[in-house]
Amino acid sequence: MKALLVTLMLLVAMPALADGNLPPAYWSDRQLPDPKEEAQAQALMNQLRCLVCQGQSIADSDADLAGDMRDLVRRRIAAGEKPVAIRAWLIQRYGTWISYKPTAEPAAWPLWLAPLALLIIGALLIRRRIGVGKRS
Amino acid sequence: MSRALRFAPLAILLVLIAGLVWRLATPADTTIGSKLEGKPIPAFILPAALPTKPTLNSAGLATGQVRLVNIFASWCVPCIAEVKVLQQLKARGVHIDGIAVRDRSDDVANFLAERGDPYERIGSDTQSQVQISLGSSGVPESFIVDGKGIIRYQHIGPITDDDVPMILAKLEQAE
Repeated sequence: MKALLVTLMLLVAMPALADGNLPPAYWSDRQLPDPKEEAQAQALMNQLRCLVCQGQSIADSDADLAGDMRDLVRRRIAAGEKPVAIRAWLIQRYGTWISYKPTAEPAAWPLWLAPLALLIIGALLIRRRIGVGKRS
Repeated sequence: MSRALRFAPLAILLVLIAGLVWRLATPADTTIGSKLEGKPIPAFILPAALPTKPTLNSAGLATGQVRLVNIFASWCVPCIAEVKVLQQLKARGVHIDGIAVRDRSDDVANFLAERGDPYERIGSDTQSQVQISLGSSGVPESFIVDGKGIIRYQHIGPITDDDVPMILAKLEQAE
């Protein structure tokens, strides 16, 4: 009885509407016919951050807006636009935040310099150790 | 190893914990604002959302008049509350245009019939393309566009009663 009631209730239950009611954009979940273009689109989509699910790339996200952004990326690549130009167009609108690829702006310098600094520190440490060993 | 250096790991750990506690207490702001504030509105052409109302194009936003462009949708819950506030703004002489995101004509018509209609023109952005070109990341959002077509202010989230004086001041500034 209880199982029947639960089943009936599930049948009448409506999902909460947090997204639109239109079908996904044409190219949102469809590969481009040209494998080279599709590979370019995939590479770019994996580097663009979803605005709704902010930890995911637009390639991974199920949000409507991410689907529409995938559609935009594939359309523009099919039209012959370079991935660099599409990324720049999006950065112009949303800032560097939208791109997972680190930029060369001053805020990112520590990121680029850290490996170099760590290497130098490591080399100094090794030299000190070896040097100490020789002297004793 | 000097005595002071021996406590370095502990000091680093304490700094790390302090940092983590601080971030937990004051979470980072995750709203992503449009970088187009202060820049001209990107060119766009949209089909009309309703057969009974003119559509919205970028060319119609540089006519010497300050306008509020509201990005909304009939499926968007906060928009229900916002549309009432927009009507108050309209009553005060604010010119409001709409961009309906991922919406059907019938649904927009029903939404406006039920909740009231503050819009002079509504464009239909079925695949969020204009929304993305504006640097908007959700619904509802509003842009104040001045008479030269420059975006002067972006409001993220619904405009509430408390925001009305601020919005009116921003509109005044854009004159």
